[in-house]
Amino acid sequence: MSGLLLQAVVSGLLLGGVYGVVASGLTLIFGVLRIINFAHGAVMMLGMYASYWLWVWLGVDPYLSVLLTAPAFFVLGMGIQRVVIEPNRAAAEHNQLLLTLGLALFLENLALVLWQGDFRTLRVPYANASFVIGDALVEVSRLVAAGGAVLIALALFVFLRRTDVGKAIRALSEEREGAMLVGIDVARIRAVAFGIGSACVAVAGALITPFFYIAPDVGESFNIMAFVVVVLGGMGNFIGALVGGLIVGLAESLGAALLPGSLKQLVVFVIFVLVLLFRPEGLFGGARGR
Amino acid sequence: MAARALGALAAVALLAAPPLLPKYPLEILISILFFAYLGLAWNILGGYAGQFSFGHAAFFGIGAYTSTLLFLRAGVSPWLGMLAGGALAAAFGLFAGYLSFRYGLRGPYFSLVTLAFAEMLRVVAVNAKVVGASLGLVIPSGTPAPSLFVFAGKLPYYYVILAMTGLALLITRGVARGRLGYALIAVRENEDAAEAAGVNALGGKLAAMALSSFLTALGGTFYAQYFAYIDPTITFGPAISIQGLLPAIVGGAGTVLGPLLGSFVLTPISELTRALLRGRAGADIMLYGLVLMLVISFLPQGLMGWRRVVRRPGR
Repeated sequence: MSGLLLQAVVSGLLLGGVYGVVASGLTLIFGVLRIINFAHGAVMMLGMYASYWLWVWLGVDPYLSVLLTAPAFFVLGMGIQRVVIEPNRAAAEHNQLLLTLGLALFLENLALVLWQGDFRTLRVPYANASFVIGDALVEVSRLVAAGGAVLIALALFVFLRRTDVGKAIRALSEEREGAMLVGIDVARIRAVAFGIGSACVAVAGALITPFFYIAPDVGESFNIMAFVVVVLGGMGNFIGALVGGLIVGLAESLGAALLPGSLKQLVVFVIFVLVLLFRPEGLFGGARGR
Repeated sequence: MAARALGALAAVALLAAPPLLPKYPLEILISILFFAYLGLAWNILGGYAGQFSFGHAAFFGIGAYTSTLLFLRAGVSPWLGMLAGGALAAAFGLFAGYLSFRYGLRGPYFSLVTLAFAEMLRVVAVNAKVVGASLGLVIPSGTPAPSLFVFAGKLPYYYVILAMTGLALLITRGVARGRLGYALIAVRENEDAAEAAGVNALGGKLAAMALSSFLTALGGTFYAQYFAYIDPTITFGPAISIQGLLPAIVGGAGTVLGPLLGSFVLTPISELTRALLRGRAGADIMLYGLVLMLVISFLPQGLMGWRRVVRRPGR
C-alpha cells in the first residue's frame, strides 16, 4: 500500500509540474487581460500537434521541437490577441470570455477536420526509459516534462522580475491606468503577454508528447485543470500557479490510487468548488498579493 | 404592427407546415426548436439576470436521468418523471445558486463554479453503475405509447418541443414584463446599485436560477425520449452547456425572442454543414465557433441588436 501511495505521490508531482506550467500561461494572460482564456487548452493541443508533425515529417525530437514551436506560438498568441481579442477590449467581460470559447471551438474542430479524431502517439526511442526510487517507478520522460515545467516557470519568474517587458507586464496586471500613465504601450504588452502564455502552453504540450496521446480534444481536460490550478493559486499569481499545479496533480493521482474508476476527477472538482466558494482569491492571494 | 403580423404568420407556419414536410427538414426543425428551448431556459438566468452559467448541463442531465431512471426502475411515465426531474434540477439549482451567490461569486467565477458543478455530476454519473455508468441508458422506444412519451414517427415529438418552446417564450415574456424581470435587469446592470435601491438581488437571482434549471431539465427529458439514449458525456458534458447558451448569445441575450432567432440561424448552419461535409467531423462545430466570434465582434448584443444599430435606441 505504501508503495502504491509513494508511486501516486511521485506521478502526481510529475504531472503537477506540467499542470503548473500550463496554468502559468493562463494566469499570465488572466493577470494582464482580466479574461479567462477558454482557448488555452486548444492552443496547447495545437502545440502538441506541431511537435508531433515535426517528429513525423522531419524527425525532430519533441524536446528539440520547442525551439521552433515556442517562437511560432509566441507569434500565434500575439496574433490571436491582436486580431481576435484586442478589437473587443471594450466589450462586456462575458463577451470576451465567449470570444475565447468560440476560438476554442474553432481551433479544436479545425484540428478534427484536418487530422481526424484518432489518438496519435509519438513513439520516441526513449519512451519507456525509467528507473526506480524506493518502491516507485519514475519514467524519464515524465521527469523531463516536470523538470522542464519547473525551468519554464523559473525562467518566466526571472523574466517578469528583471526585464523591462516583464516589469511592464506586472505593472499592467496590477494597475492598468497607472501603466498607461507611465507610458507603457498597453496594447503591445497585452499581445506580448498572450504570446508568452501561448508559448508556455505549447512548450508544455511538447514536453508531454513522449508519454501522452494527441487528439483534437486533448486540451480540454488540461484547460479545466488549469482553471482549477489558477483559481487555487490565485488568479494572476505565478508562484501560486506552480504550487497549485503540484497540489492538483497530487490530489488527482492520490484520488486515482484511493478511489475506483475515474472518481479521481471528483477530488479535483471538490477542491475547485471549495476554493471558489471560500477563497476565491486563491490560497496565496491574487495578482495583488504576489 | 408589422412585427406582430410576422410573428402570427410564423406561428401559423410552425403549427401547420410540419405535417407536409419530409423527414429530414422535420428533424432539422425539431433540432432548431430544441436548441431554441434550451437557449430560452438559459436566457432567464444568463440573459436577464446576467449570471453566465457554463454548467446548465447539470440541470439538463438531472432532467434526462431522473425521468429515464424513474421509468426504467419504477415504471413511472416520463411525463411525470419530467416534472420530477424539473423539481430536482430546480432544487439543485437553488443549492448551487445559494452557495455561489451567498459567497459572492460573480462574473467569470460564477461561470467556473457552474462548470465545476456540472463536471462533478458528469464524473459521478460516469462512475455510478446504478445509473448505467459510461455506457449510458437506453430508453425502450419500440412500441409507441403516447402516455409513456413514446411516439411513432417524428411529428409528435415536433409538436411536443413546439409546445415547450411556446411555453418557454410565454414564461420569458412574463418574466421580462413583470417585477422579476426588472429586478433581474437591475441586478445585471449594477448589483450594488440595485440592492441599494431595495431590490432583493439574492432572491431574484435564485428565482431566475430555479426557473432556468427547471426548464432546462424538461429539455433533458425531451432529449432522452426523442433520441432514446443518454450517457453522462452527452447529458452532463460541457458541449450541451455551450450548445444551450449559444442560441441565446447569438440571437441576443436578455431578449424574449433572441434565443429563438439565434437557433433559427445557428442550428441550420451546423446541420447543413454536417450534411454537406459528411466524413469531415467537426466542420459544423468549427463554423459554430467562427459564427460565435463574428457575432460577438460585430453584433455584441446579438442578432436582436441589429435593430438598435439601424433604428432607435432602447426597447
